[in-house]
Amino acid sequence: MKFNGYIRSDGHVGIRNHVVVMPGVICAAGVAQKIANQVKGAQYLYNPNGCAQNSSDTAITLEILSGLIANGNVFGVLIVGLGCEMIREDKYLEAIRKKTDKPVYYISIQKEGGINKTVEKGKEIVNTLIKESSKCVRKECDLSELILGLECGGSDPTSGFSANAVLGNTSDRIVDLGGTTILCETPEAIGTEHILKSRGKTPEIGQKLYDTIIKFDQMFKNNGEDIRKTNPSPGNKASGITTLEEKSLGCIHKSGTRPFSGVYEYGQMVDKKGLMFMDGTAYDVASVVSLVAGGAQMVAFTTGMGTPVGNALVPVIKITGNNDTATRLEDMIDFDTSSSISGTKSVEELGKELLDYMVRVCNGEEVKAEINNISDMAINQFYSYA
Amino acid sequence: MVNSVIMHEIDSVATVTKNVSAGEAITYILNSEPVTIKSSADIPIYHKVAVKSVKKGEAIFKYGEIIGYATAGIQIGDHVHTHNLSN
Repeated sequence: MKFNGYIRSDGHVGIRNHVVVMPGVICAAGVAQKIANQVKGAQYLYNPNGCAQNSSDTAITLEILSGLIANGNVFGVLIVGLGCEMIREDKYLEAIRKKTDKPVYYISIQKEGGINKTVEKGKEIVNTLIKESSKCVRKECDLSELILGLECGGSDPTSGFSANAVLGNTSDRIVDLGGTTILCETPEAIGTEHILKSRGKTPEIGQKLYDTIIKFDQMFKNNGEDIRKTNPSPGNKASGITTLEEKSLGCIHKSGTRPFSGVYEYGQMVDKKGLMFMDGTAYDVASVVSLVAGGAQMVAFTTGMGTPVGNALVPVIKITGNNDTATRLEDMIDFDTSSSISGTKSVEELGKELLDYMVRVCNGEEVKAEINNISDMAINQFYSYA
Repeated sequence: MVNSVIMHEIDSVATVTKNVSAGEAITYILNSEPVTIKSSADIPIYHKVAVKSVKKGEAIFKYGEIIGYATAGIQIGDHVHTHNLSN
């Protein structure tokens, strides 16, 4: 199976060709956004951080931001810093150059001499990047170059038995074709750690999966919250979910049936092919961002109740098994799996249709979040800003 | 008329996709064939119905995995939830 993608000099493959403007620190965000707004075709990527975090949260921020820039969907980037922040040009370049050799420009507001001078300089650079990026042409790529993030949010009971069932079938197809899919949202796997352990390709991977889930569970307990006691919630129970295992099985169902070939940290670049697990929060936007930082060129997002979440760099495909959601909220939904509930189509048929749709998205067909220009950004952190 | 879904052939339960009244027929597709049972109770939409009988203490399967254990004897067509299923 093939798609037409952008083959970057660093070996990453993209399905979009973004020229990105990103603030190096939140204080420069307004100016960076001004630059992006004034250059046709530029893509603004918000950064809520860049300063005032402790060393471990700073490391997470850098891992995420350098991963986002290294993503195959990005042609090049202009980073707009302020001048006095913690993460400046040298730290950015060091982190980014470990992952990619693509064009990276850096200017800072205090050095350039204020808002207007920075905007003028920024526009000049971004226009050059746009011109260079227009020389890129799509080439035929094998589907094994696809890295698909798997996400869920705004779930209702149809998520478990329809949307996630179909996405799991699609995930199996992609993995069988040599591609990569990434399951994340660790708290949503609590209760299935023994099942995921048995799905590790090797005993070591299985054990790492198990340990990753237990560690997250313990982290909540250390803060006085027992996920096993508070889940399923009263709302979940009213809607028919009886046990934690049942709830989590519904979530992990979107990872299909293939073995897990690796376990990655939050935002860590995925460097192997197959089904992977990425540790991290289930906070939807921060989770989608981590998948993109890990290299996913596309995210499949199942949602029973509907959500408009998008990403600056990648198409976030919305999939629902709830026919009411697909109809009433149709300008947020890309793929409807509810025919698996009425019985008119099988999960297998829908899984194939979803894969075919994904190939069209790879080739440039825009998803609703892209058409609506929705780009959400959040980075998980463990400590307060200083 | 199909009004429930089953995830895996070893599952003890199916999930109804419409509100079901006691005595009503419940139909799901398994291996491309329709299977029909009779409900023994009112079952709200998206709740579970037993498609196999389960003895007290035995495992209950959904998605091909154990989701808990029967806390009472369960017959085909029974509503399965917090009153007879626990982990």
